[in-house]
Amino acid sequence: MTAVLAPAHAPESLPVLRERGQREVFCGLTGIIWLHRKVQDAFFLVVGSRTCAHLLQSAAGVMVFAEPRFGTAIIEERDLAGLADANEELDKVVRQLLARRPEIKLLFLVGSCPSEVIKLDLSRAAQRLNGSYPGVKILNYSGSGIETTFTQGEDACLAALVPEMREDPVDQLLIVGALPDVVEDQFRRLFADLGITRVETLPPRRAKDLPGVGPGTRFLLAQPFLGDTARMLETRGARHLPAMFPFGAEGTTAWLHAAATEFGIDEMHFRSVVAPGRERAKRALAHHAARLNGKSIFFMPDSQLEVPLARFLANELGMTLVEVGTPYLHRGHLADDLAALPAGVQISEGQDVDKQLDRVRAAKPDLTVCGLGLANPLEREGLSTKWAIELVFSPVHGFEQAGDLAELFARPLVRRDRLTV
Amino acid sequence: MQLTVWTYEGPPHVGAMRVATGMTGLHYVLHAPQGDTYADLLFTMIERRGERPPVTYTTFQARDLGTDTAELFQKAARDAYDRFAPQAMIVGASCTAELIQDDPAGLALTMGLPCPIIALDLPSYSHKENWGAAETFYQIVRQLADKDRKPAARDGRRPRANLLGPTALGFRHRDDVAEITRLLGNLGIDVHVAAPMGSTPAAIATMGEADFNIVLYPEIAHEAARWLEKTFGQKYTRTVPIGVGATREFIAEVCGLAGIEAPADPDAGRMPWWSRSVDSTYLTGKRVFIFGDATHAVAAARIARDELGFEVVGLGCYNREFARDIRAAAKLYGVEPLITDDYLVVEEAIAASACELVLGTQMERHIAKRLRLPCAVISAPVHVQDFPARHSPQMGFEGANVIFDTWVHPLVMGLEEHLLTMFRDDFEFSDAAGASHLGGHGAAAPAAVEHEPAPAPHADVAVLERPQTDADGWTAEGARELQKIPFFVRGKAKRNTERYAAEKGLAVISVETLYEAKAHYAR
Repeated sequence: MTAVLAPAHAPESLPVLRERGQREVFCGLTGIIWLHRKVQDAFFLVVGSRTCAHLLQSAAGVMVFAEPRFGTAIIEERDLAGLADANEELDKVVRQLLARRPEIKLLFLVGSCPSEVIKLDLSRAAQRLNGSYPGVKILNYSGSGIETTFTQGEDACLAALVPEMREDPVDQLLIVGALPDVVEDQFRRLFADLGITRVETLPPRRAKDLPGVGPGTRFLLAQPFLGDTARMLETRGARHLPAMFPFGAEGTTAWLHAAATEFGIDEMHFRSVVAPGRERAKRALAHHAARLNGKSIFFMPDSQLEVPLARFLANELGMTLVEVGTPYLHRGHLADDLAALPAGVQISEGQDVDKQLDRVRAAKPDLTVCGLGLANPLEREGLSTKWAIELVFSPVHGFEQAGDLAELFARPLVRRDRLTV
Repeated sequence: MQLTVWTYEGPPHVGAMRVATGMTGLHYVLHAPQGDTYADLLFTMIERRGERPPVTYTTFQARDLGTDTAELFQKAARDAYDRFAPQAMIVGASCTAELIQDDPAGLALTMGLPCPIIALDLPSYSHKENWGAAETFYQIVRQLADKDRKPAARDGRRPRANLLGPTALGFRHRDDVAEITRLLGNLGIDVHVAAPMGSTPAAIATMGEADFNIVLYPEIAHEAARWLEKTFGQKYTRTVPIGVGATREFIAEVCGLAGIEAPADPDAGRMPWWSRSVDSTYLTGKRVFIFGDATHAVAAARIARDELGFEVVGLGCYNREFARDIRAAAKLYGVEPLITDDYLVVEEAIAASACELVLGTQMERHIAKRLRLPCAVISAPVHVQDFPARHSPQMGFEGANVIFDTWVHPLVMGLEEHLLTMFRDDFEFSDAAGASHLGGHGAAAPAAVEHEPAPAPHADVAVLERPQTDADGWTAEGARELQKIPFFVRGKAKRNTERYAAEKGLAVISVETLYEAKAHYAR
C-alpha cells in the first residue's frame, strides 16, 4: 500500500483560512527559469501570448545573458482567426527552433492560459512531432496560470517525465525535485556514506540520464510542491518515503532518516554519518539565532515552501509565526512538517491580497515573506521583507545550506539595523 | 505564430498599466488569470516604486471558466471601487480574458459605479505595449477632458502648455519632465498639466485650459495630442528635444506656439564644447549602430553624426507604427533601415555592421556583451540600471550633457586607443585583452575573429614555385599583418584587399598587396 502516512497527531484539525480573490503569485511558467538551467539539453517552448514571453523575461530574463534554453511561440491574430492552422504554425516554429539549437535532446511544449482556452492540444502536437526529429524527445505540460501556481509548473514538468522513465525493478532511492547541483552532490555523498548505493534524481541533469522506475524504487521529495509527480511515480510502482522536508538541521536529519530506515541502515551508523553535517548546521544556525529568535514572521503565499520553512524558522531559530500563507496545502506530503508546527498557528490557503495586506499591516510583523510586486511597497510602509523568490532560486536545502537559509531571513533585519539613511 | 526569445515590448495591457501607474486617483480593473500580476514587479522592482500599481486583477482560474467569470469581474470592480475610491476607473482584459469574451467594459458600465468608467479595447494578439499606452492615454483624455474648459485670456499672464507622454516605467521620463519644465520656466512658459505621469483624472479634465501642447513622447502622446488639437484647437510640438540641435529647434518651436520671442542665444550647456575640445578628436568617424524606439533612435542618429562626429552604420526601431520616421532618417544617413522586433535579426545586423559602439536598449546590451562591443542605452525597454538615483535626463541641454558622458565612457579613450594601435602585439595590452577601464569584462576580441593561418610546413617551402598561401590566397606573413588591423575594420580590409588582388589578377596576397590595396581604397 502506498498510502501517505499521517502522523499520530493528525493535522486535520488545524484551522486553515481559505481565501479567494486577487492572487499576487506567478503562474507555473515561471518554473522554466530554473528548470531550463537544471536540464542542460532541454528546451522549453511556451505556446502562448506576448504576455507569457514578457513574464519570462521580466521574472528572470534580463539577468540571463546567455541565450536561454526557453522561448515563446507567440500566438497571433491570424492563428486565432483561423487564417493560419495553429498546428502547422507550431510545427514550423519547432522546425525553426531545432534547426537553430541542434544540441537540444528534449523539447517541452509548454501550455499557457491562451493555449488552454483555445484548446490547442499540445499532447497531440507532441505525439505528432515525436519521431520527426531523430534523437529529440518531445513532451508537453501546462504551466498556465488558470491551472498552475508558480512552483506547480515544476510539478507538471516532472510529472510529464514520469511516463518516459523506463521500467526498472531495481532497488533504488530516487530524489525528486530540481535541486542546485551542489546540493544534489552533497546528498549523494551522504547517501553513499550511509550505504545506499543506488541513488537517482528526477529531473536528471541530462535528458539521456532519465532514471528508470519500478517496484524497487523508493522516493524522497526534495520539494513540497510535487503532488502530481508523486502520484505518477506511485502509479509506476514507486513508493514515497514521507518525511519532513530537508531544511535546517532537524528537517535534513528527518529526511535522511526516512531513507535510512527504509533501506535498513543501522541506527548507530546513521548517527555517525549525519553527525558532522548536523553539527555544522547547528553551529551555522547559532550565528543567526540571536538575530531571529523571538522575531515575528508573516508568509504571503508564494512557492508552497512556506510550511516547511515556517517549521524550520519556528523550531530551529525561535521565530514567531504570525500567519503561514501557502497557495496550496498538500496535507499528505506536509504531514510531518505540519505536525511539528507550534500549536495554534494560523495557516491560510489561497489569497485575497488586499485583505491579507490588511492583516500584515495590523500585525506589523518583523519580517514579511512576499513576492517581488509587494516587497518595495511594504518596505516603504516601514515593514521589512524577504523576497520569496530568492528561497526558490538559492541553494537552501540540506545541512551545509542551513546557515545560508537562516541568513536569507536575517539579512533584511541586519540591513535595517545597519542603515542610518 | 512567431518564435520569440526576448521581446522589445510587452502586451498592450502593460502599456495601460504604465499610464495608470503614472497617475494618481485612477484605478485599473483588469480581467486576467492568475500570474498576470507579474507585471507589478516591473514597477516595484525595475522602477523601485514604493507603491503597488493601482491595478486589480480578477484572477480567474480554469474552474471558473465553466461558471461565471463575468460575476467575478463585477465583484472585483466593486471591491476595487470600495477600497480605493478612485476618481475614475479604466477597465479591460488581458490576453486570456480577451479570448473568453466577457466584455468587461459593458459589465462595468452597467454596474452604476459612482465614477467615470473608461473602457479599453486593447487587442493583445495584434498590438503591443506602446500602442496600448497610447490608446489608453487617448481614451482617458477623450473621456475625461472637459470640453467647456478654455484658456483664460492672456492679459499679460504667462503662456501655459500641457506636457504629454511621460508614463511610469518610461526611459528617463521622470528626469525629462523635470528638465523640460525647468527649460520652459526659464523661457517664461508654465506647465499646466503633465500627463499621464504626474496627473490625476481631475487634472485631465482641465487640459483644455492650456494654450498649446508639448509632445515629449510621440509613441504615447501623438493620438491624444491630435484629439486635443481637433477638440480645443491646441497646437502641438513636432520637435523632440533630445540633443543640442533639437533642443534649440524645440525652443524656437515652443516660443512660436507661445507667441513669445525666442532667446537669441540660449545657454546650450557644456556638451558643444566637450565635443569640440581636442580630447574628443578620437571620436571622429566612430562607427555606431543605433536601435530603439523610433523617436529615441532618430534623435540618437542626429546627435551621433552632427554633434559627436560619429558615423551612423546602422539605424532601426522595433515599433512598426513609427517605421516611417526611421525610413526617412535612414535615407538621410545612407543606411538600410532595420524595422523589426526580432532580437535575433538585430543581433545579426549588429554583427554584420562592424560597428565600434552600439546605442540600443536592454536587448542590445545583451547583444553587445556577447559580441564584446561597447554599448550605451538610449531607449526602453529598460532595466533597473536605467533608473539611476541621480538626475539624468535625455532631453534639453542637461540631457545632451548626460548623453555625451553616457555614450563616450564605454569607448576606449583617446591615447589608449593610439597605444593599442601602435603596440597591437603587446600580450596584455591589445584588443583581445579589452580596454583597461572595462575591467577585463569588456570589449575583448569578438568570437568571430579569423584564426591565424597555420604556419606553412617548413620542409615544403623550398620546393614550391610560389609562397605557401591559405585558401583565400594570403601568405602567412600577409595574414599576420592583417591580424594587426583593429578587429572592427579587419573584415573590411580583408575583403577590400581580396577584391583588389582579384582585379589585379594577383594569385598571392602578401604584405605588399595589403598596403597596395590600402592606398588604392584610401579616401
